[in-house]
Amino acid sequence: MARAISWSESGRGGDLIRALYAKTGRAMTLGLTGPPGVGKSTLASGLVRKARSLGKRVGVVSVDPSSPFSHGALLGDRIRLAEHFTDECVFIRSMASRGHLGGLAGATADAVLLMDAFGFDVVLIETVGVGQSEVAIAELAHTVLVALQPGSGDSIQVLKAGIMEIADVFVVNKADHPMADQLRREIRSTMEMLQWDGWVPELVVTQALAGTGIDELWSAVERHVAYLNETGEMEMRRRDAFTHQVRQLALGRLEQRLNRAIRDGARDGVDPYEAAERILASLPKF
Amino acid sequence: MNERPLRIVIAKAGLDGHDRGAKVIARALRDAGMEVIYTGLFQTPEQIVQTAVQEDADGIGLSILSGAHMTLFPLVVEQLQAQGAGDIVFFGGGTIPPDDAQRLRDLGVRAIFTPGAPLQDIVDFVRSECGKRRALVG
Ligand SMILES: Nc1nc2c(ncn2[C@@H]2O[C@H](COP(=O)(O)OP(=O)(O)OP(=O)(O)O)[C@@H](O)[C@H]2O)c(=O)[nH]1
Ligand SMILES: [Mg+2]
Repeated sequence: MARAISWSESGRGGDLIRALYAKTGRAMTLGLTGPPGVGKSTLASGLVRKARSLGKRVGVVSVDPSSPFSHGALLGDRIRLAEHFTDECVFIRSMASRGHLGGLAGATADAVLLMDAFGFDVVLIETVGVGQSEVAIAELAHTVLVALQPGSGDSIQVLKAGIMEIADVFVVNKADHPMADQLRREIRSTMEMLQWDGWVPELVVTQALAGTGIDELWSAVERHVAYLNETGEMEMRRRDAFTHQVRQLALGRLEQRLNRAIRDGARDGVDPYEAAERILASLPKF
Repeated sequence: MNERPLRIVIAKAGLDGHDRGAKVIARALRDAGMEVIYTGLFQTPEQIVQTAVQEDADGIGLSILSGAHMTLFPLVVEQLQAQGAGDIVFFGGGTIPPDDAQRLRDLGVRAIFTPGAPLQDIVDFVRSECGKRRALVG
């Protein structure tokens, strides 16, 4: 599986995904997002511990940003997951975002499919902690956890920036912080300003470092999954994830063709509008 | 198809809590365009190798300052063999006397860098040796 994920990362994963796709659709996929340093990896570690205690096999995909300058990356999410390194039923993969926006890497969706196909019961996806643009996780995970921390302006920004809409469960982490209760109230009052039809996001207070609140968090996740199954929304989420990946793949191919056409096209003495028209006209029709 | 950056696990083993050196190397490799997976302090050989396998790393750099290098380095080599991961380039750094360094190289540690080794040498070594591994496995 380690090699398979690498193939996907270099754009050669298509054949394997095709062969395995029929085996997917069984895993419960959990997205974990929130500003840098709020404790996403520490929460992930607690959730892995919980899932393992229930006998589940767990895959983790952790995405960290690539440097826009060198294209290299420092992937440090594993540090918090060390207790699971030698557990054969836990597979952890770090990914660099490689310039993808939205807090995920291009191959994240493939990695999730692969873990699913290889029989992992739970797949946890930790996004880049960018704070505002991780909405892509909502297209991939069945249940999205948004983690926030007390006493940080970042968390308040997140509340303002439309992340409210993608949260299925809010996690106020670092409950040991004196302002934890204030943040909890702030989330509540922000939630009251919005209209919810169907699922109303739950709010769980945790202290990930000490493992406190993880059981409650897991229960909230289970309630959400039960809700999705009972209402048929699970099917909708699966279809959305499918559509999203199809779109991403098709767009990627299209972009390559477009870039080639732009590179090869003559542009002397032509205005940009005319050049764009000509390039579109030169692409094969669908 | 796109060029995947080299992936390197940088690990600290044993009981010494100094990871400044490891972090400097990690940053240098990142700045050279590689993806560096940092595992944190106090890793066992088994944890390090398991990490490298799951991450499909091209290389492992292990830093040891505690003086336990003659036990820990060989254990990592052993784990690599045991897990069928002998293709992963294993190199190390730390305060290691020349005689010990030679014995470790004989055991299969591909390079030993002592404090003061120019960062560029390390980057060049990793790029060339891990690059060969990558060329083999794709
Ligand atoms: N006080 C306190 N600190 C915590 C708690 N949970 C995590 N931390 C600390 O917060 C810091 C960041 O934790 P991570 O889990 O790495 O946070 P993250 O969101 O994954 O960070 P990035 O991936 O870098 O965005 C670490 O020093 C943790 O030890 C908690 O409940 N209380
Ligand atoms: Mg993290």
